[in-house]
Amino acid sequence: MNKIVPQNSFKIIARALSVHYGEKQALHQVDLDIRAGEVTALIGPSGCGKSTFLRCINRMNDLVDGARVSGSLTLDGQDIYDPAVDVVQLRARVGMVFQKPNPFPKSIYDNVAYGPRIHGMARDQAELDAIVNGSLEKAGLWAEVKDRLADSGTSLSGGQQQRLCIARAIAVEPELILMDEPCSALDPIATAKVEELIDELRENYTIVMVTHSMQQAARVSQRTAFFHMGKLIEVGDTEQVFTNPREPLTQGYITGRFG
Amino acid sequence: MTDTAQMAAASSARPAVQIIAARLKRRHAAERRFRRTGLAAVVVSLGFLAILLFTILGNGLSAFSQTYVRLDVTLDAETLGIGDQRSADALASANYQGVVKEALYKRFPSVQGRVEKRELAGLVSSGADTDLRRLLAADPGAVGTTHTLWLVADDNVDMAMKGYISRKPGADGNRLSDRQLGWLAELEAEGAVVKRFNSILFSSGDSREPEQAGLWGAVVGSIYSLAITLLVSFPLGVATAVYLEEFAPKNRWTHLIEVNINNLAAVPSVVFGLLGLAVFLNFFGMPRSAPLVGGLVLALICLPTIIIAGRAALKAVPPSIREAATGLGASRLQVVTDHVLPLAMPGILTGTILGMAHALGETAPLLMIGMVAFIVDIPASPLDPSAVLPVQVYLWADSPERAFVERTSAAIIVLLVFLAVMNLGAIWLRKKFEHRW
Amino acid sequence: MAALARAFSPLIPTDFMQLLILTAALALLVVFGYASGQRRALAVAGGNPRLLHSLPRYHGHFVALWCGLPALLVITAWLVLEPTLLRLLVTNALPAEMADQPAERLALFYNEIRNVARHGHAATSDVVADAARHYAGLRQTMFMAVGSLALALAMAGVVFARRRVSPDMRARNRVERVVAVFLVASSTVAIFTTIGIVLSLLFETLRFFQFVPVTEFLFGTSWSPQIAMRADQVGSSGAFGAVPLFAGTLLIAGIAMVVAVPLGLLAAVYMAEYAQPRFRSVVKPLLEVLAGIPTVVYGFFAALTVAPFVRDAGAMLGLSVASESALAAGLVMGIMIIPFVSSLSDDVITAVPRSLREGAYGLGATKSETIKQVVLPAALPGIVGSILLAASRAIGETMIVVMAAGLAANLTANPLEAVTTVTTQIVTLLVGDQEFDSPKTLAAFALGLALFVITLGLNAIALSIVNKYREKYD
Repeated sequence: MNKIVPQNSFKIIARALSVHYGEKQALHQVDLDIRAGEVTALIGPSGCGKSTFLRCINRMNDLVDGARVSGSLTLDGQDIYDPAVDVVQLRARVGMVFQKPNPFPKSIYDNVAYGPRIHGMARDQAELDAIVNGSLEKAGLWAEVKDRLADSGTSLSGGQQQRLCIARAIAVEPELILMDEPCSALDPIATAKVEELIDELRENYTIVMVTHSMQQAARVSQRTAFFHMGKLIEVGDTEQVFTNPREPLTQGYITGRFG
Repeated sequence: MTDTAQMAAASSARPAVQIIAARLKRRHAAERRFRRTGLAAVVVSLGFLAILLFTILGNGLSAFSQTYVRLDVTLDAETLGIGDQRSADALASANYQGVVKEALYKRFPSVQGRVEKRELAGLVSSGADTDLRRLLAADPGAVGTTHTLWLVADDNVDMAMKGYISRKPGADGNRLSDRQLGWLAELEAEGAVVKRFNSILFSSGDSREPEQAGLWGAVVGSIYSLAITLLVSFPLGVATAVYLEEFAPKNRWTHLIEVNINNLAAVPSVVFGLLGLAVFLNFFGMPRSAPLVGGLVLALICLPTIIIAGRAALKAVPPSIREAATGLGASRLQVVTDHVLPLAMPGILTGTILGMAHALGETAPLLMIGMVAFIVDIPASPLDPSAVLPVQVYLWADSPERAFVERTSAAIIVLLVFLAVMNLGAIWLRKKFEHRW
Repeated sequence: MAALARAFSPLIPTDFMQLLILTAALALLVVFGYASGQRRALAVAGGNPRLLHSLPRYHGHFVALWCGLPALLVITAWLVLEPTLLRLLVTNALPAEMADQPAERLALFYNEIRNVARHGHAATSDVVADAARHYAGLRQTMFMAVGSLALALAMAGVVFARRRVSPDMRARNRVERVVAVFLVASSTVAIFTTIGIVLSLLFETLRFFQFVPVTEFLFGTSWSPQIAMRADQVGSSGAFGAVPLFAGTLLIAGIAMVVAVPLGLLAAVYMAEYAQPRFRSVVKPLLEVLAGIPTVVYGFFAALTVAPFVRDAGAMLGLSVASESALAAGLVMGIMIIPFVSSLSDDVITAVPRSLREGAYGLGATKSETIKQVVLPAALPGIVGSILLAASRAIGETMIVVMAAGLAANLTANPLEAVTTVTTQIVTLLVGDQEFDSPKTLAAFALGLALFVITLGLNAIALSIVNKYREKYD
């Protein structure tokens, strides 16, 4: 069902990827390729495995007791679940933005500087300032917070907090950003701002986002993958998936017959 | 495709990946160090526990046996000083010690002189006559007969047999003289010295003589105290928990009560002792050193524990059960007594047992109400002066004799066994009745 | 009844036995009342319980309450009043020259009479023997009177309540009202306990301050209460400056915290973040055993093992260490406090939301970086709260310091020297002879009040910090 594309243009390639949580199988034999420089949206009803897939990419599933992953998942051709892979390094390359904004209870500056600090990315204070300012600018937050960098990150509004989390993620210069329903806790205006930001970020980053909102998937993504009951049902260009789905299940979900 | 190329170009211009990789080794080492530090903290803490238990067991296990000396004792009427009298009174006040001494002198006829004789008599406990008294009380006709008896050895002999006192003649600071060691070796050679289970420890009250000192008085005192504590604190605690959780309106008064209970839980126990002294003893004139007062003070101490545990257990009963019962027309009290309380009871009992275990180990407040007195008799009622187990530990710990170190540890072992049984009971109760709503 | 009691007297003292028999008789009556109420209710309803407003068993409860409550009240009142009443009657009947003794002597004398009468001690004089006989006789008469009154009341209660049983009587509501009163009354016990503590401490403390100025107690640096025992010097001697005691308490509690906080905190972090569930399920209860061991055991351990060890270790390093050094007591107290720090910290650490951890992991932080830089700072208020709670525990701890710390009040910050603490002094002052008119005994109450205020304050601060912290993440 995928178009034949040279392999090196795929950032992520999943083959027969399955995930078990204890006895329960959360993901069944998923084959999915993610193209570089695009926004890929993962849609589907709750519990369909889209978040599980997302959390495989930066091995966040490692933190869950009893989670087992089988099959293959590669980032730039390198197996993510190879024992030789350093999870810390992997997560530096693959940033993540979460469903609920989760700024650390530290200052705005320290929130953004946290990643560069632990990874030792700045040689001096000036460099760190530059990284922080640049990230806040890229996240479209600079204008709003430049006078209050010492304020607590939790003092910001929900939408600002989420953009702060995005700034925090891009400060580490990841190649890929995972977003797990990044707008589900935000109001429509804040959502619009974040969506706009995602569109801008596409120029420099590959983005995989899980979303509950089909409109959002349609607005910001280039490719859409539809999951159902732990299986990948259909993947294709967003326009095609929404206007002309190949699978009846996809059609049913998109037209709102279930969800 | 072009995007990928751009990305690659960007990466090589600012080699973030390399920068990160360069520090990884150091960071992982720090991670391992931190993890090991945490594990070390756990191990050190458990190590303390192990050392503590090891010390107590090492010191105390030997106290469960006691040295006895075999002697042929003649119940001579003259030595007993009773002449022709055979009445119970005369037999009770007879000179049994004299009989024991005579038996020793007869066994070692070469011993002459007051000092030597005193040393010889010192081999056997000065309280060894109890068996003789019992023998004659049961059978007054036994006067004049000779019996082969195992008599309780003196504590120094006991310590020497257990290896706590050096048996090398002439060792500095020996509690036993060279002569005594010689006699002991002689007796031992003919099999007249044995170690047996120390039943005195579990049947007697306190004594100044370590070999005669027992825990039974303290055990009975603890049982009386805990019974009073349970009788007072359980109904009060459950009633308070039920009131606060099921009936009380949310107002300032109930808030005050709640704050109060939380504060009481944090008040040092010695302060409760002061309360007991000022109120129960001085104001109400209750008897000093009595388990009744001890039990009351302990009840106040463990009341907050029971209330807090009770409330938690009641809270865990889902509202749906209350609604169901109310829907069937049960009154509020019926809902509680018929449904909520039975379901919450395992939790309440668990909390109560833990509170009781705490009360069993409590010492300081009992010192305040005079439970430190030296009491030989086994208390016959909660109004009699008595010790309790932890106070007995405290009293014995203060005694200078080497044999009391051993007995203190033994008392601690008994105390810990009681505590372990209570705690295991609580755990069993929790496991057995654990509800998952 | 007396005869029955005498039959058991070799085993159990007569007075206690009598009380037991009275209680048993009352219990029997109550059971009978219950049964008769229940039967009566069924009878008035013609055997059809549906005609009754309340179930028969509530009528049973109703009768039982009428039977037991008044009798119980009478017995309780007697138990409370008996000592006072007896003392009054017995001392009044004493020969004039005895009755005119000073109050203390009289009290001692009365005590002797009581011991003769109740515990069979040998009387030292005929006056005592007579008084003891009088005491025993009075006591017996009073007991018989009260016992009869209680039983009569119980029977009257049954008769009265039985008459009131009728189909319309709202027995359930009445019983429930009594139960409600009991519930409310129970809940006030906590309040009365607090009031009792405050009043008893305050009352004796105020008396203490009549002997010793408040400023001397709070700011004086010399403590030697023993001198005040000489009767002719009451109030004019003895030093009651409590500063060395507070300093000693702080020193030992401080050492305990230095031991317990790092160990407890690191153990909590390890248990919450690293340990496998199997490991945790074994080790966590084991750690909590440390908190369940009676403090008197720790005291023995400190005096027997740790103090000599510390002294020898110090001697090897060429240091002179007191045999009752603050270090030994503090060390052992620290061991005892570990589980308080660790289990409370464990709670606050696990309460840090998962999303914060994931935020850090998602950026590529290692586990220890996440813990040190995100989890612990976020949990800090809760951890501070739990440390304060543990500190209040350490300050109020008594047996360890009584057995392992010194008695001499040294004002020093050297952990190798012996210091004494507030709780040690409270125990020392009150064990043995108590004279409630000498500042020596009263000082214990002043120290108790200080201890009460300090621990309560620490707890209030700790709880408010912890609660604020909880609100933040709930």
